Amino acid sequence: MGSATGYNRRDLFKRAAAITVLAAGGTSLLAACAGGSGSSDNKSGASPTLGGDSKNPFGVKASDALDVVIFKGGYGDDYAKVFEDAYKKAYAGANVSHLGTQEISGKLQPRFNAGSPPDVFDNSGAQAMKADVLVSADQLTDLTVLLDAPYLDDPSKKIRDVLLPGTIEQGTINGKMYSLNYVYTVFGLWYSAKLFKDKGWAVPKTWDEFITLCGTIKAAGIAPFAHQGKYPYYANYIIFSLIAKQGGQELVKKINACDASAWDDPAVLAGVTAFNKIMEGDFLLPGTNGMTHTESQTAWCQGKAAFIPSGSWLENEMLDSTPADFDMAFLPVPSLPGDKLAATALWAGAGEPFMVPSKAKNKAGGLEFLRMMLTKDGSSKFVATANSLTVLKDGVNADVQLKPGTKSSAVAVKAAGDVTFSFSFQDLQTAFDAEVENATNELVNKRISPAEWVARGKAATAKKV
Amino acid sequence: MRHRKTPFIFGFLVVPVALYILLVIWPYLQTFGYSLTDWSGASSEMNFIGLDNYTKLFQDSAFLGALQHNLLLLIVLPLATILLALFFAFMLNVGGKSGTGGVQGVRGSAFYKVVFFFPQVLSVAILSVLFQGVYRTDKGGLLNGVLIALGIVDEQHPWDFASNPTFGLWCIMGVIVWSGVGFYLVLFSAAMQSIPKDIYEAAMLDGAKRGTTFFKITLPLLWESIQTAWVYLAIAAMDAFALVSTMTPGAYYGGGPDHHSEIMATLLMRNFITFGKAGYACAMGVVIFFITLVLSVVSLRVTRREKIEF
Repeated sequence: MGSATGYNRRDLFKRAAAITVLAAGGTSLLAACAGGSGSSDNKSGASPTLGGDSKNPFGVKASDALDVVIFKGGYGDDYAKVFEDAYKKAYAGANVSHLGTQEISGKLQPRFNAGSPPDVFDNSGAQAMKADVLVSADQLTDLTVLLDAPYLDDPSKKIRDVLLPGTIEQGTINGKMYSLNYVYTVFGLWYSAKLFKDKGWAVPKTWDEFITLCGTIKAAGIAPFAHQGKYPYYANYIIFSLIAKQGGQELVKKINACDASAWDDPAVLAGVTAFNKIMEGDFLLPGTNGMTHTESQTAWCQGKAAFIPSGSWLENEMLDSTPADFDMAFLPVPSLPGDKLAATALWAGAGEPFMVPSKAKNKAGGLEFLRMMLTKDGSSKFVATANSLTVLKDGVNADVQLKPGTKSSAVAVKAAGDVTFSFSFQDLQTAFDAEVENATNELVNKRISPAEWVARGKAATAKKV
Repeated sequence: MRHRKTPFIFGFLVVPVALYILLVIWPYLQTFGYSLTDWSGASSEMNFIGLDNYTKLFQDSAFLGALQHNLLLLIVLPLATILLALFFAFMLNVGGKSGTGGVQGVRGSAFYKVVFFFPQVLSVAILSVLFQGVYRTDKGGLLNGVLIALGIVDEQHPWDFASNPTFGLWCIMGVIVWSGVGFYLVLFSAAMQSIPKDIYEAAMLDGAKRGTTFFKITLPLLWESIQTAWVYLAIAAMDAFALVSTMTPGAYYGGGPDHHSEIMATLLMRNFITFGKAGYACAMGVVIFFITLVLSVVSLRVTRREKIEF
């Protein structure tokens, strides 16, 4: 000590350091909150109406630039460039800008806040913007005009007539369709047809047969059931399929709407109790409750487990880890006694939501881009590169070679016909979904009973937005 | 001279201070503002709702749980890290064989110093991937593999480490301590080397044992470094976001199972990004800010001691 100011050098440095660290530590959390100061006078313009000729129903002007943002995930973004080229051809001279990215939120949140969003974007992936949030902030265009527009391959039909069942419902929030989910996904159980053939196991039709088979599989030294335990929503595909088949379409609607009374329906308890038989029989792959999707799906590809729940992106996702003769196959969740829906009924839904922002500069162009994606040629190109079906009915040209898993899911879609259901709450009621996922995680770890799971689900409906 | 020195100092300070105000202070103030609104984070429209967010916050059991977990981190992390680092630093610098004349570290201390410091070089992302392999919940995991081979764990029921409701958070703390000890070891080593050796030698001549020299000489002379370390670690304990969000189960930024490893940062992110409750999340940010601020001030005050100049 002893310096005139009362501070020595070391003291000063130390304090400076502490303040810097304090600031840095705080900023990492607080900076996230610094956001929109964009003008709020840029209110959503009037929705485009169907006018003009049938060739250009939205009145697209070739002079208007089109701004496209695509989620560059499992399906890549090359398919979008095909559609962009088609757009440039149809509207000669149109300037199309393309951005392929995984950081949808990171790139678009500031643009939404500033009132200058793209004209059409594919809102997918872990960093997707939440549709429910966008809708309540009045940021999306109602796509009803698209549904009523003529289908390009056959102008006598409307777009709404050529979409697979469930597509419109999947994109509907508060009674209006805000997103066109382009990829048609089926949800259920997956297995290796080769493994089943080698072992002489019959594919189960009812849940009772499934549970009996699980016993047989376990006796053969293979774990009957793996799931992506770190992300419990995969297990929910099975639980909610059982519930939907038992309780019927009305129940599905009520659950999606976060209606608390839905959880009093005996079908809910019946479904989760049936699922819990997997835990009662100790049929889980050891350690699967803590595994990521990659870890568990790889173990399944290696033949360590017989069944795994997933959507039909699984085949494309696991291409590199799947043995050549694996012969991947899809099984809709087996039926319970007294089911209201047919045994072939399945959870099928459209994914990969494409949206047109309400404050887009070229809204008509965005809508036209979506209409161009819904042609048989366009759809076939997507199917061939992404190993997944699209929402276009009968949307695959005959010359396209399908992989075994995609082929078997196409068979299941055909068998199901119009009897499909879909739980949109996973995308649209995220706070509710997070609670249900927590409850499922407790259930698979045997920390709560099926009845407690139902009680927690019911309580979670309070999180409705 | 004075009238010419002032503009000179001012000239140097104006740019950093302006940047600091623009990039740090202004966002802070904005956050305070947003925390009083129902901002969704997805549009520029919002309504002023007063202190509603704060009232809700202190009735939110998930937030109160997260707060408790952060307080647990706050106690355990600095304590464990500093004690381990002090012990290692003492062993490496003055813990060697005594009685041979002179003060030295244990044999191979230069090598150990590098080994201990190594985890500090790894980025958090690598740490997370690495320890997901260590804690993996089947026999493919490093720990489970070894424990199963030794027959301590049943292969059919391996341990679930980071997915366990009771031990999950402790597994994360283990990673943070493991990665942090090396840095504080080097910090304390540097401080120890500046302590004149003759003090130790004098103590030894008077018959002081190793324990006595540690508590009576090393610790008091290292106090300033420990104090700094404490502040650093306390602030680190308020964060821990990256590891918790990637290593623990649960939808959107981990924190599971069932909020058992939830911390304020994961809860903040989930509310901000996923649930579209940006205003609410900003209120959490403000609470975290004040806790961090109070902690820093308190720990600097409480640990203030007389200094010895040498």
